[in-house]
Amino acid sequence: MTHAPEHNPQIQQMTLQQRLAPAWPGLLVPLLMCAGFALTLNPSSWLTLTLSGLAMGLMIFIMASGMTLVFGLMDVINFGHGAFVSLGAFVGVSVLFALGHLTAAPSVALNLLAVLMAICAGMAATALAGWAFERVIVKPVQGNHLNQILVTVGGLIVAEQLIIVLWGPEEIYFTRPEALKGSFIIGSIAVEKFRLVAVCIGIVVFAAMHFVLRRTKIGLIVRAGVQNGEMVEALGYRLRQVFVAVFVTGCALAGLGGVMWALYQEVITAHMGNQAMILIFIVVIIGGLGSIEGCFIGALLVGLLQNYVAFVEPKLALVSNIGLMVAILVWRPMGLIPVVKAK
Amino acid sequence: MADQIDHLIEDAPILRLDAVHTDIRQYHILNGVDLVVPRGQVTMLLGRNGVGKTTTLRSIMGHWRIHRGSITFNGADISTQPTADIARAGIGYVPEDMGIFSDLTVEENMQLAAFSGPMSATRLGWIFATFPPLKTLWHTEAGHLSGGQKQMLSVARAMIEERELYIIDEPTKGLAPAIVATMVRALQDLKDQGASILMVEQNFAVAAALGDTAHVMVDGAVKWSGPMRALAEDLDLQRSLMGFSLQTAARDQSATKSS
Ligand SMILES: Nc1ncnc2c1ncn2[C@@H]1O[C@H](COP(=O)(O)OP(=O)(O)OP(=O)(O)O)[C@@H](O)[C@H]1O
Ligand SMILES: [Mg+2]
Repeated sequence: MTHAPEHNPQIQQMTLQQRLAPAWPGLLVPLLMCAGFALTLNPSSWLTLTLSGLAMGLMIFIMASGMTLVFGLMDVINFGHGAFVSLGAFVGVSVLFALGHLTAAPSVALNLLAVLMAICAGMAATALAGWAFERVIVKPVQGNHLNQILVTVGGLIVAEQLIIVLWGPEEIYFTRPEALKGSFIIGSIAVEKFRLVAVCIGIVVFAAMHFVLRRTKIGLIVRAGVQNGEMVEALGYRLRQVFVAVFVTGCALAGLGGVMWALYQEVITAHMGNQAMILIFIVVIIGGLGSIEGCFIGALLVGLLQNYVAFVEPKLALVSNIGLMVAILVWRPMGLIPVVKAK
Repeated sequence: MADQIDHLIEDAPILRLDAVHTDIRQYHILNGVDLVVPRGQVTMLLGRNGVGKTTTLRSIMGHWRIHRGSITFNGADISTQPTADIARAGIGYVPEDMGIFSDLTVEENMQLAAFSGPMSATRLGWIFATFPPLKTLWHTEAGHLSGGQKQMLSVARAMIEERELYIIDEPTKGLAPAIVATMVRALQDLKDQGASILMVEQNFAVAAALGDTAHVMVDGAVKWSGPMRALAEDLDLQRSLMGFSLQTAARDQSATKSS
């Protein structure tokens, strides 16, 4: 029997530049933090800004992750994704109002219970709505980008109007439960409680997502499907079911992001999803369409940059994200971590 | 009807295509492909470039939808089933472009290919014995493999799962001559285990060595079907169907070598 000859390539010392190349996108986050320090030159305000930047970034990541995976897996651009942010926020806040006795109680445990229930309700509602949205709006236009954009933007508008019908056109103000108000004071540094909680939730979500994508079979199917869906099906997997599962999960995460965003701002409006959509879109593009790691890095960059810039020159805060997107696309036209597609 | 009682007969073909027509966008690519893959045999699908061999295989897998005719696997029409169900019915597929998941490691590619559960140690042992480089490169990202190594991985992915029929598009493309022999052995092993194989092959020597039956396509239809041996022996037939003969090919090769 003839064997393919064994070939043992020599591993050569790589130059520093070669070794750094794949790490570059990840290094941008600490680099931006250093730049932020150079801008503020004040440890305590730098820490406050960084924490709030991370909290904001992680919330955007939670909202955007579903959209990037849905695009990667089925080439579906869902401009209606922001609707789930609004829906999650409205359902979550309604639950908080209904649980007024828990949110006002002087007990950390009861307060957190109320928040947890609001999050669960928001995620359940958005998961259900996402499932219906996929069936009714996305499925019929699969494979046609222009129709997808038109129809999903339409879906976003309809969802916004439905929220106005159900909850009224006014902004709804509310306050966070006692336990999430105020700051922890460590030395001379004030760490806002809710931001810390948001960072923790964001890290847990990212870790869970990373675990599922790297360590489970369904994760393997998703990662392979992003590259070559046709081949995944030829191996026997029904990609359509996986896609629906990812779509619904993504919507539930957008709902979670919406509840957190609402708690962060302490006000909700029917078009908050629309505003979030702009940030989500920027992050998905910066990260490289379909890349979850890219989305994570992009979201942190957007969150941090917006906070640093707002501190130095508030007027520039809004354009900073567009500037970031342009700069990154000039450097890497396919985004930070481009997804290698089979065709 | 003949195809209804087909599956009742012990040696009914495992796969048959009857008058299959496939369009790709506005182009009419296949116009009436008739093809029979006998059980337990190696069936060759041959023909010049662009005659529709890959399109035929992709139509069987459901990657292209046929708009006329029928595709019968084990007595059941699969032409309207989703690709995943066609694979589950018992077909392993090695596409022309190899379909490697380049961001996944060799191991992850294989894990995914083991559809019905964890990889069988016996089959994995057989694969490592056949393609030792895959063992060495087990934890490497598949995108970093050489072209030939990717081809090995692509075939190995089909081998890890026991299927009744393997559909293989040009498995020796880009392989060094020594590895071609390895590939031929691997496919022979598959056949010896009782599997049926339908493959496209441009290397006529390989086709002649492995094939039991041959179908030759011309312009989107099968123009000639018969025993592989009959085709291998008939130089005029080869020339008229494929524009070359084995002998002239060999002569050309020695001519280029000596010059
Ligand atoms: N995606 C596509 N879009 C348009 N035309 C296509 C497409 N795929 C194949 N074709 C056309 O269909 C015809 C048959 O192609 P096919 O790939 O089936 O040929 P083949 O016999 O496999 O050739 P080769 O030996 O070169 O692999 C060709 O003329 C090709 O140009
Ligand atoms: Mg081909």
